[in-house]
Amino acid sequence: MSLSITLATTRRILAQLRHDHRTLALLIGVPSLLMILLRYVFDQPVLFDRIGPLLLGLFPFVIMFVVTSVGTLRERTGGTLERLMTMPTGKLDLLLGYALAFGLLSLAQVGVVLLISLTWLGLDLSGPVWSLVLVAVLDALLGMALGLFASAFARTEFQAVQFMPAFVLPQVLLCGLFIPRDGMATWLRVISDVLPLSYAVDGMQRVSREASFSSSLLWDVVVIAAFTLGALALGAATLRRRTA
Amino acid sequence: MMSSVPAVSVQGLRVERGGRTVLRDLSFEVPRGSVLGLIGPSGCGKTTLMRCLVGVQIVKAGTVTVLGEPAGSKGLRRRVGYATQTPAVYADLSVRENMRYFAAVLGAPRTDVDRVIDEVGLGHHRDQVVATLSGGQLNRANLAVALLGDPELLVLDEPTVGLDPVLREELWELFRELSGRGRTLVVSSHVMDEAVRTDRLLLMREGEFLADGAPDELTRLTGTADLEAAFLHLIHEHAGSPA
Repeated sequence: MSLSITLATTRRILAQLRHDHRTLALLIGVPSLLMILLRYVFDQPVLFDRIGPLLLGLFPFVIMFVVTSVGTLRERTGGTLERLMTMPTGKLDLLLGYALAFGLLSLAQVGVVLLISLTWLGLDLSGPVWSLVLVAVLDALLGMALGLFASAFARTEFQAVQFMPAFVLPQVLLCGLFIPRDGMATWLRVISDVLPLSYAVDGMQRVSREASFSSSLLWDVVVIAAFTLGALALGAATLRRRTA
Repeated sequence: MMSSVPAVSVQGLRVERGGRTVLRDLSFEVPRGSVLGLIGPSGCGKTTLMRCLVGVQIVKAGTVTVLGEPAGSKGLRRRVGYATQTPAVYADLSVRENMRYFAAVLGAPRTDVDRVIDEVGLGHHRDQVVATLSGGQLNRANLAVALLGDPELLVLDEPTVGLDPVLREELWELFRELSGRGRTLVVSSHVMDEAVRTDRLLLMREGEFLADGAPDELTRLTGTADLEAAFLHLIHEHAGSPA
């Protein structure tokens, strides 16, 4: 593991994004657009205050999942991963390089949506803003880590994109966004207990409702971070120096 | 002491892929400072053999020793340069950004970035995004990465494919110059007219060596006019039906 290789990787990924204006515009613009739509579709400040923060956690998660799974798949199929594996690159250098680059990107993404939501859209948060940013960035990193892991099972970009509904939509259904998790059948509840997005959404709900950073919120943050590290470790296991 | 160790030493190397034997018990050595040509038709195992040298191929049996260490060892990752046949560079970055990144990973001096770009003749395309390069330019960008950090061993898989004769000539001059400075090169090709530029040739077919020797030696032994004819002669001989 080397700090200079990690930082070089982060710089390289950010440079790739800088060249790709359209992707950058989509990454920053789409969540904002969806948020604006949401505000006027519901057209009830109370409802928006309840749902808005949940989506602030969900967007970065979903978008980072897609971007990372396609990005790393390109690295695998394009031969650059193999080239890096013949160089002094450690697996951790590569993973942390990705995490840092996408972490920064999600910070920008969340920052813009949050700014629009708090000013123009009049979102009312009970908890401190920093706790929302913290949970949202963690959600983004979770999506990134899962995307990295999922990319190992895709042979083509078609497959990688299909993993989004496969990995993400069941979690969205079970995370308590549509129906509170307490109201679910026991077996569904048990499944939702072991899915990371449940904690991401729970965390966001607490941020929007609770005035201070509670211990339950801390627990959510710890669980999301643990899932992220676990997925990164699994992702590292799928990066191989030698292949058949 | 160090210079007496061959750059590459391969003993009884066997590789299987999907139940098929791709390399059949190969053994050879490459002395330091020489240029070895791997010649053979597409699918004969050249790329697999090169992957073994850089340590990214799962090996069934045998040993591969590079610069005195097992292939793929940590200590070798700065000392061996590898250019794959399909270019492995970032298409959405400029030539210079690509070199800068790989130089940082290798811990190569920053001056290497401009040096390798000039060496492969991409000086005018420094700031061009790789995706907009022509096929030959893309190949040279890929080769440039392998030159970063001035590695002791260069493993180059078909580095001159798709290049015009002038550029090919220039690259072979570069290769000869590198070997003159004590660098060892393993270069694969399926073009016979390049084979004469090597110090030694390994003619490959279906995972085996048909012949091993200096280019003029091979033509003399087979009593043929050129390498193309020598290769054909050896294939027929190998199949048990002399031409």
